[in-house]
Amino acid sequence: MRERTDRPTRPGRAGATDRHEPAGPDIAEPVLAIEDLTVTIGTRRGPARAVAGVDWSVRAGQTLALVGESGSGKSLTVLAATGLAPRTARVTGRVRLLGEELTALPEPRRRRLRGRHVGFVFQDPMTSLNPVLTVGRQVTEACEEHLGMTRRQARERAVELLDLVGIPSPRQRVDAYPHQFSGGMRQRVVIAMALSCEPDLLIADEPTTALDVTTQAQIVELIADLRRRLGTAVVWITHDLGVVAGVADTVAVMYGGRIVEQGPVDAVFDAPSHPYTRALLAARPGPGVRDGDLPAIQGSPPSPLDLPAGCAFWPRCPVRGDARCEHELPPLVPVAPGHRVRTFYPLSEDA
Amino acid sequence: MTRFVLRRLLQSVVVLLGVTLVVFLLLQLVPGDPVRVALGTRFDQQTYDALRERSGLDQPLVAQYASYVGHALTGDLGVSFRSGQPVTTIVLERLPATLSLAVTAVLLALLVAFPLGVLSAVRSGSALDHAARVFSQFGVSVPDFWMGIMGILLFAGVLGWLPPSGYVALTEDPAGWASHVLLPAGAVGLVTASILTRFIRSSVLEVLSEDYVRTAEAKGLRSRIVVVRHVLRNALIPVVTVVAVQLASLIGGVIVIEVLFAWPGVGRLTYDAVQARDYPVLQGAVLFVAALFLLMNLLVDVLYARLDPRIGVR
Repeated sequence: MRERTDRPTRPGRAGATDRHEPAGPDIAEPVLAIEDLTVTIGTRRGPARAVAGVDWSVRAGQTLALVGESGSGKSLTVLAATGLAPRTARVTGRVRLLGEELTALPEPRRRRLRGRHVGFVFQDPMTSLNPVLTVGRQVTEACEEHLGMTRRQARERAVELLDLVGIPSPRQRVDAYPHQFSGGMRQRVVIAMALSCEPDLLIADEPTTALDVTTQAQIVELIADLRRRLGTAVVWITHDLGVVAGVADTVAVMYGGRIVEQGPVDAVFDAPSHPYTRALLAARPGPGVRDGDLPAIQGSPPSPLDLPAGCAFWPRCPVRGDARCEHELPPLVPVAPGHRVRTFYPLSEDA
Repeated sequence: MTRFVLRRLLQSVVVLLGVTLVVFLLLQLVPGDPVRVALGTRFDQQTYDALRERSGLDQPLVAQYASYVGHALTGDLGVSFRSGQPVTTIVLERLPATLSLAVTAVLLALLVAFPLGVLSAVRSGSALDHAARVFSQFGVSVPDFWMGIMGILLFAGVLGWLPPSGYVALTEDPAGWASHVLLPAGAVGLVTASILTRFIRSSVLEVLSEDYVRTAEAKGLRSRIVVVRHVLRNALIPVVTVVAVQLASLIGGVIVIEVLFAWPGVGRLTYDAVQARDYPVLQGAVLFVAALFLLMNLLVDVLYARLDPRIGVR
């Protein structure tokens, strides 16, 4: 692990970066880069190829959104990259965290990077906290492990972190238990926990899905704000395209375990070139649109046990190309600088 | 906390009162005349009437019950029909033997079940896990008295390492006590160990799949810390109940083992009292066991409130 003393990431002090503005010294090297990541899960009905040939990277201070339906492989991509995939999963490909190849590392070394350099925020704050430990202890036990803090130092740090994520009277709340917090407050605790060792990368796996709408907005704003202040890279897994538009710099849309479209968020939203991306964007509810009026995508996502030979979206595709779509996997081709699409028939802007 | 304990104590008293009523009424349904049994085969009507009157058996049922409970409150559980000794004294005399047997059995069981259950859950599917499952299947299938007989045959008969039966008080001769307690405690403990192994294994497995364990792994904690701090603390909460229930049921229910090993405990006392229709002793023994059971439950509740912050004590 290389030395990283150049980063101003004390909480409370403003980080050097803002959205769309490249961060200082880290620009050359992505915080996390994965290449050709493939995850196969052994099941009773044979191997299921849940993620295939996924490439993306995220730089310091930037947010990458991973978008897709449930089962599209977006969470598994990240879990596999960081060594948290289920035991039955076989992971191939290359994963570089801060320039270090993770897939070659034995688990004990990988473990030391988790928590220290990568923080995780999971979907459901009601179940992702341990009910019998105080929140303070949970927020900073990673600091005791990775930074060699004493219990007393860790407690002070916990108060600081709870304050950072906007929990009122942190000095009193640090000794409370998770059940004494509301869902939104618990998610703030989880975020504090993820940031406790000042990680270079924050992975937010649908952090707002389990929360009610007003709380969702607060949590989205909190993470976006912390990213700005701490200069952390963020991988944001979501199916909420509204969130993507608001917080992400780049977006990767996944379908059937593969990326079908990726690029800068403005380019993808302004000119979606894959029929799936376009259908997703069209299915967004907005003001004045009633539920029944939303154009739903017909059919359901493919099972990873039974993927089509060609384009995974072909059976549901409104474009309905030809035999090539059915039998041949389309490559990921550029349609604009940094904007790539996996289809034989990219949609033009006004199609 | 004090209020919580006091409230639970009050509840226990009510339950205990219910127990006395049930025990009292049940014994009325049992055929056989205790006065006749006490007097043997040769007695005259006058002696019979005198004993009946002295024991209060000529009174109406309600009066008999009221006087029983009234006396019980002062610690007087009546006198044995057979020996004429106070029941309280008799039961208290037998208590150390039973307690020492039950506690030893549960400790032996935990010594085996805890590591076995935890390891077989953490390494589920491994050879150790399979072995643990075979062990616990065997243990729950085989009755403890059979295990006791086999133990006697092997360790007392063939090998001659341990005495086949008998009891030495722990306070008199610890080494002698230990050599006598090993076989009965082992026989009972093996069954208990099997039950506990299964329970601990499934409890740990359940917690291992919880989201907060994944959270702990995501923090990069060492797997030993994940297991001890995050898994065990949660998994052992329900185990406390099972251990306490096992202990309580051993205190009240090792009748067959106590008879088999000539162990002068409460179980043996209950057995003898039934044989002799010694109602006051039987009532006293059952009442004592019920009281211990309630005490154990109270302890579990207090322990629960300490282990699980979600349980409010107020």
